[in-house]
Amino acid sequence: MSKETPSQTVGPYFDYGLTPERYGKTGIANNILTKKETQGIRIRLEGQVFDGEGSPISDALIEIWQSNSQGRYRHPNDDREEFALDEHFHGFGRAPTNNNGEYWFETIKPGPVPSRGNVLQAPHINLIVMMRGMLVHAYSRLYFSDELEANSNDPVLSSIEEERRGTLIAVRQERAGQLIYRLDIHMQGEQETVFFDA
Amino acid sequence: MAVLTDFTSRDWKSHPAYRHPPYKSTVLRGPSKPLLPLPHTLSELTGPIYGHEVLESLDHDLTKNAVRNGEPLGERIIVSGRVLDEEGRPVPETLIEIWQANAAGRYIHRVDQHDAPIDANFLGSGRCMTDQDGRYRFTSIKPGAYPWGNHPNGWRPQHIHFSLFGTSFLSRLVTQMYFPGDPLLPLDPIFNSTADEEARDRLVAKFSLDLTEPEWALGYEFDIVLRGPQSTPMEN
Ligand SMILES: [Fe+2]
Repeated sequence: MSKETPSQTVGPYFDYGLTPERYGKTGIANNILTKKETQGIRIRLEGQVFDGEGSPISDALIEIWQSNSQGRYRHPNDDREEFALDEHFHGFGRAPTNNNGEYWFETIKPGPVPSRGNVLQAPHINLIVMMRGMLVHAYSRLYFSDELEANSNDPVLSSIEEERRGTLIAVRQERAGQLIYRLDIHMQGEQETVFFDA
Repeated sequence: MAVLTDFTSRDWKSHPAYRHPPYKSTVLRGPSKPLLPLPHTLSELTGPIYGHEVLESLDHDLTKNAVRNGEPLGERIIVSGRVLDEEGRPVPETLIEIWQANAAGRYIHRVDQHDAPIDANFLGSGRCMTDQDGRYRFTSIKPGAYPWGNHPNGWRPQHIHFSLFGTSFLSRLVTQMYFPGDPLLPLDPIFNSTADEEARDRLVAKFSLDLTEPEWALGYEFDIVLRGPQSTPMEN
């Protein structure tokens, strides 16, 4: 029986290793998850990351992991063949925040995924948040504001006290014909985002 | 559908606390409310998998992957080890991303202002994969210590950043590898953020004469343990 290697901060210089495009290298993933051929409804996720004083955090990294438009994850543990994989969709993305603490992704709306037992979860995207000044990455989820009924039946959202649920629900907007969901991430404070001991 | 096995929970005795005041920027950045429980559904028990298709031929050799007009300066090192889960099972074919400062302690990064030379032949970014036995290996230059503004005369010990995925979103790990005998280790708030001394020791590589290549490079052994599936099903 061995024990976990401790986590350490991603530090301020992660660009290098994790999002190295600006150094002329191709990273394994970036903030555009879609190709022309990808199936599903195009969406843009965007938001800002704030510290405990409400200042934007300019050196955070947001990672997302999601199912495809059918609700299937590209992973051997999801072997539900009745939901087709999309060869043009991987499901993982990474976005560093800019000087204003802003991040954005271009992706597709994920399909619903079952919980343990056979209850369907509301469509959601899984988040990992890390940054300089954070010693262990934090898990969170992003839900969609226009999925009222699915959200109200979602086992994870229902397990959260009502006043805090909204911190996980991205707000739908339309801008120049584009479908946008906005979710700000507050590390602390009154609106502190719900983070999970996943 | 595949029978899903819960993952072990995060071993909080091994990890740092979110807010560790000696590392000042944690105070306003670490979550302050208790983390809420999350059942392990398909969302958690799946995760990104990257294979050899993302590797370029020199990704595992940082002494060669950014060469312009000569060899990078500094002490050549070989770092190798195994990626295992808590039951000692190897994690095969898993991607490791690494980044580090050059021998002078300088990152080629827009916000790194440290007055130390850039090495035109060294970028400090690489990738490698574990083999069937969970073993990885890369070649690099021993990174230099560098100053940081956390406290007066603060210096980070020599370290290499590691990022791993493992088998699901739950096994994700971002960490740093340190070098044995570094006099800065007892002074470093980041290294010491893990309260447990045995856990901290797991962040320090061991010098290995077996990995050392004669007339070429010093070898360091660094094993990494990730969360994995529970071996015994939970009772009720
Ligand atoms: Fe560093």
